Amino acid sequence: MTNSWTDIRNTDLVVIMGGNAAEAHPCGFKWVTEAKANRGAKLIVVDPRFTRSAAVADYYAPIRQGSDIAFLLGVIKYCIDNDKVQWDYVKAFTNAAYIVKDGFAYSDGLFTGYDAEKREYDRSTWDYEIGDDGYVLTDETLQNPRCVWNLLKEHIAQYTPEMVERICGTPKEKFLKVAEMISECSARDKTMTSMYALGWTQHSKGSQNIRSMAMLQLILGNIGVRGGGMNALRGHSNIQGLTDVGLMSNLIPGYLNIPTEREVDYATYISSRGFKPLRPNQMSYWQNYSKFFVSFQKAMWGSAATPENDFAYHYLPKLDLPAYDILRAFEMMDQGQMHGYFCQGFNPLLSFPDRGKITRSLAKLKYLVVIDPLETETSRFWENHGTFNDVDSASIQTEVYQLPSTCFAEDEGALVNSGRWLQWHWAAQNPPGEAKHDTWVMAQLFNRLKKLYQEEGGKFAEPILNLHWPYADPEDPKPDEIARELNGYTVTELRDPNDPTKVLVEAGKQVSGFGVLRDDGSTACGCWIYSGCFTEAGNMMARRDNADPDATGAYSNWTFSWPANRRILYNRASADLDGKAWDPSRKLIEWNGEKWEGYDVPDIAVTAKPREVGPFIMNPEGQSRLFTRGMMRDGPFPAHYEPFESPVVNVVAPAIRGNPVARVFESDRETFGDADEFPYAATSYRLTEHFHYWTKHVWVNAVLQPEFFVEISEELAAEKGIDKGGWCRVWNKRGSVHAKAVVTKRIQPLVCDGKPVHIVGIPLHWGFTGAAKNGMGPNSLTPFVGDANIETPEFKAFLVNIERSDGPASA
Amino acid sequence: MTINVNPPVAADTQQQMGPQDYIRRSASTVPEPARKLEAVAKLIDVSKCIGCKACQSACLEWNDLREEVGVNVGVYDNPHDLTPNTLTLMRFTEWVNDENGNLEWLIRKDGCMHCSDPGCLKACPAPGAIVQYSNGVVDFVKENCIGCGYCVQGCPFNIPRISKVDNRAYKCTLCSDRIAVGQGPACAKACPTKAIVFGTKEEMKAHAANRIEDLKSRGFANAGLYDPPGVGGTHVMYVLHHADKPTIYAGLPDNPRISPVVEAWKGVTKYAGLALMGVAAAAGVVHMAISGRNRVTVEDDDEARRLTAQAPGAQPLDPDKEPMA
Amino acid sequence: MSEAAIHDSRRPVPPVSKKDLDRGDRLLLGREVVVNRYTRWARINHWITAISLILLALTGLALFHPSLYWLTGLFGGGQFTRMIHPWIGVVLFFSFAGLFVRFFRLNLPAREDAQWTARIGDVLKGNEEKLPEIGKYNAGQKFVFWAMSILIVTLIISGLGVWEEYFSDLLTIPQRRVAVLVHSMAAVAIICVWIVHVYAAFWVQGTLSAMTRGKVTGGWAWRHHRKWLRALAAYGQRDDVTPGDKR
Repeated sequence: MTNSWTDIRNTDLVVIMGGNAAEAHPCGFKWVTEAKANRGAKLIVVDPRFTRSAAVADYYAPIRQGSDIAFLLGVIKYCIDNDKVQWDYVKAFTNAAYIVKDGFAYSDGLFTGYDAEKREYDRSTWDYEIGDDGYVLTDETLQNPRCVWNLLKEHIAQYTPEMVERICGTPKEKFLKVAEMISECSARDKTMTSMYALGWTQHSKGSQNIRSMAMLQLILGNIGVRGGGMNALRGHSNIQGLTDVGLMSNLIPGYLNIPTEREVDYATYISSRGFKPLRPNQMSYWQNYSKFFVSFQKAMWGSAATPENDFAYHYLPKLDLPAYDILRAFEMMDQGQMHGYFCQGFNPLLSFPDRGKITRSLAKLKYLVVIDPLETETSRFWENHGTFNDVDSASIQTEVYQLPSTCFAEDEGALVNSGRWLQWHWAAQNPPGEAKHDTWVMAQLFNRLKKLYQEEGGKFAEPILNLHWPYADPEDPKPDEIARELNGYTVTELRDPNDPTKVLVEAGKQVSGFGVLRDDGSTACGCWIYSGCFTEAGNMMARRDNADPDATGAYSNWTFSWPANRRILYNRASADLDGKAWDPSRKLIEWNGEKWEGYDVPDIAVTAKPREVGPFIMNPEGQSRLFTRGMMRDGPFPAHYEPFESPVVNVVAPAIRGNPVARVFESDRETFGDADEFPYAATSYRLTEHFHYWTKHVWVNAVLQPEFFVEISEELAAEKGIDKGGWCRVWNKRGSVHAKAVVTKRIQPLVCDGKPVHIVGIPLHWGFTGAAKNGMGPNSLTPFVGDANIETPEFKAFLVNIERSDGPASA
Repeated sequence: MTINVNPPVAADTQQQMGPQDYIRRSASTVPEPARKLEAVAKLIDVSKCIGCKACQSACLEWNDLREEVGVNVGVYDNPHDLTPNTLTLMRFTEWVNDENGNLEWLIRKDGCMHCSDPGCLKACPAPGAIVQYSNGVVDFVKENCIGCGYCVQGCPFNIPRISKVDNRAYKCTLCSDRIAVGQGPACAKACPTKAIVFGTKEEMKAHAANRIEDLKSRGFANAGLYDPPGVGGTHVMYVLHHADKPTIYAGLPDNPRISPVVEAWKGVTKYAGLALMGVAAAAGVVHMAISGRNRVTVEDDDEARRLTAQAPGAQPLDPDKEPMA
Repeated sequence: MSEAAIHDSRRPVPPVSKKDLDRGDRLLLGREVVVNRYTRWARINHWITAISLILLALTGLALFHPSLYWLTGLFGGGQFTRMIHPWIGVVLFFSFAGLFVRFFRLNLPAREDAQWTARIGDVLKGNEEKLPEIGKYNAGQKFVFWAMSILIVTLIISGLGVWEEYFSDLLTIPQRRVAVLVHSMAAVAIICVWIVHVYAAFWVQGTLSAMTRGKVTGGWAWRHHRKWLRALAAYGQRDDVTPGDKR
């Protein structure tokens, strides 16, 4: 989230698209009802299904899953055509005026530089024209045909309301109504918030779905303001924390990168991370990269990380591929290239696409370690449960270790919510039975590995032998010790660079924030964006002051919000070029002639003058991007691509299947189906009664939603002779599931490109362990396809066939 | 007005609430209470409800109830009806608005309405099994319940359920145990969208008025408060977007009242029946007093002897035994 | 036997036939005349029914009016009262069904019933001589019999409908409301009928022994059921009239 949950109450219009906040985020959704009840805010829901969110919406429009980009580009076109643009914002805070390199073009669904063989782009033309002074060329009048604004207008010209209806199946008048309501938020005193979740991410072009809305929000002037923003509703209670601390194959904490093979030494690595400002006077905050990186290395390897050895740069693994994401991991298992797997706190057998492939892959492992509080299906993947897990146990030789760990109520520590708040919590009870905290489990693994290396030696032992392990009880690090490390501390005393006689901070102190981190080895910091969470003043995450002066929704003394306790990112953009709030009733920070002040921690230096430093400090431009240069693998502008399995052909680029640079393994292509064989557009989702595959272990939740079902329209049910509450079978080339049929008016057939499209909704909460009835899930059917940029699987749009059935054999 | 999720209860309801506050007690009478608690109410704003069932879950948890894990029958309503363990239930209705052709997914939290004139209490034959507090809470007192099911017949909303396990009646208590110590009901506390709020009835009506105004501004011309006068008003009220058609919300009665059949049963029949039986018995006494017993005379015996003297085949009496003592 | 033997009858002598008798009706002659009116099984059957009815009345009344709720104390409290009432009802129903089969034939209407009913005033005054000669049952007894029959069927049907423990799903709630109203009204009626029945048995001296010992005196039969006595005198000995009687 750029903003926070509590800030949603400041909005005038909530657009829920690519998510179902009421269903999947009912507690956060309270801020939508607050905005509606107290501000008269409106709620729009755009979704293939009439969801629980739609049940309380002011306006609902249907859309075919996987066509969001066409819809959103259509809205952008509507806003531009009808002059519903926050011009001052666009001109001041976006790259609309930037001139793009000659050679960049888009035609027939492809941008320049496509290599069909490698399924990737040469992105060299996707950039700005740089002047002799090293700064980007611009045309503030927006007249230059090669400026971003004009290229954008040209790019979206084809997404007329008629085209939107053809692609998305959204009736034109409904689309226009939504577009009109959204466009009103271009006014300075109107804001719109975008609430989205996995309905946008779980597509082969998920990142571009989100970009489309981000661009719309920029055009409306809604980023950085109260009640605005791009608000990703995270799908797990601490999944924000997971990405923050870099639990990704290509990241280290704080969104720093794991080096690639080509970056053989620290100098090479850091040279490509200079992030020189592209406009005069800009902050380009990533120029501090080396400070965060070196501090991280010091936190990892302590005294073993020295200036002489490039702070142990060589200890870091080097990627030979862009990422070892989950899809690649299981592909490698399936290919016999990966033999062991540690599975901590998730359930791949039900969570990852193409369950058949997951089962097959796990069966090829030599060992599998499952660290989980619950008896997951993954830990039992080898056990035959009839139709619900039809495996030949005798043929599976994988050795499975189950290490029982603890649930949140048995843990102490911080959970990071969608709004980037690190909320400390305390254990409510002791772990049951043999369950141990994950930290204890990891410490045991580390200590025993280290001992083995010490006693027996081994290849490249140094990173393990030298790992900085300063915990009071090395066998059991405590959450507050780890939190202190994440915050960072001074290794040696810090002296004033301008006056070396002056000691600013003594050695061994908690740092107050990432601003004091240095790249000379004098500071250590586990995760720079969390810096400030546990200072000398104490545990900021444990704060519980719910005072909210002037009811802005900031709650600045409630826990800690990264970065730097900032509640709304890009908050400089809440004020105009001269530093006055766009909407005085929604003041966030303002320039008082000397400094920025207000309700939030300013994004830019408090004394940075307006008209000099732009609000988007993480970009070298200092401005936001309507055109993303080469930052995204599938294009600097979003373009409509169909899902890999689509009921209709791509009407804007008929020759292209799916996103041309999406993650696809050749071995999976044969499992893709076509619309003539599998005519129905399926999608998967959660229900409010459950959380993933966890709560089916809880009796109460099992009572509230006991049994696996699929949802279909009354029309499709009639066509197929399927009864409400009766059994049906849903299948494609990857699998087949039996489910109860919920026949509902909430799913309506759509007409796309003149052809009726039926939607099959498949919720995901059932398996073969726990209190609920045994069932299957959508991942028996979903394709092994990932987003072009971050490899998120395409769970939201695929094809199936459906028929009436007598239920599973063992039901 | 913003209502807190876990509302501070008005000062005068923070006092302990107990038997001294009964204003009605089934099949018995109670003395006029010395004080009158301020009327409380739970307001369920259907237009804010997202059907998340947190209230159902909270109800099960707070009351420590264990419902069966059921099956799916093609709808989201689970369990499929109120049960002795499910004291509150989300009922989902897919309703197409004729006026604009729009689908509306109406989600109503069903449960005891806590009528001011409670039909269950009227029907109950067991003294003290159902009580009504002066703040409006209608509560079942398990110890006194005999499981006859009369409350089921008496209720205009089809709420009470009789347990097959202990043969006692169960329904929402409005968390009388929580209210007694100044807390709101568990469902209201759990509701994430403040669709369920709790406070004094006056506050709730004022809050509802705000909500209705908001709904009218959104095109729901018939938005209104459901506080049916037929049962003297209720202490659980709904804000409905279509208050002119309560039945579309999963059969919420348009104009609930205690059934005339129940009124007849618990009214005239009860008294007339006793009277009738009394009259019958009294008539016997009077008749006996006036006319004396109808006795067999010696002549009757003689006549019988005469008539039967020659009856063929009659069996002889044992002369040693007295035939009729 | 001959008609001439009955020399002092003050009323017309009705024709009698063996059909005016039940099995087990026997004339016993000796120093006195004694008539077997009810067999042992009939009496057992009757008393099961009677006890059931009394228990039902007590348990039912306990739940009928709050002022009688104390009656539940006789049955171990409200829960147990509520539990046994319908079961006793089932016992009563089957028990009464036995009585019905035994008694219904002679409780069918006869010509003299109308006359008897028309002279109800004389009935109440005990002026038997002004009444027609009556068979085994007079119209009042027949009224009790048929009223019991109809009310018991009504009670069992309405009772099953509101038997929460086993048949709560049988009827809709509005139907159950009607059922419980019908049940209570029928119960009031049957209690009134029962009062009439019991009172009549006490009022008419010599009646009780019919149900205690199965016997009445000849004089009793002569006075109240002369037609029946005549039939006994005429046919009482015939084996084909009383087949299978074990007495």
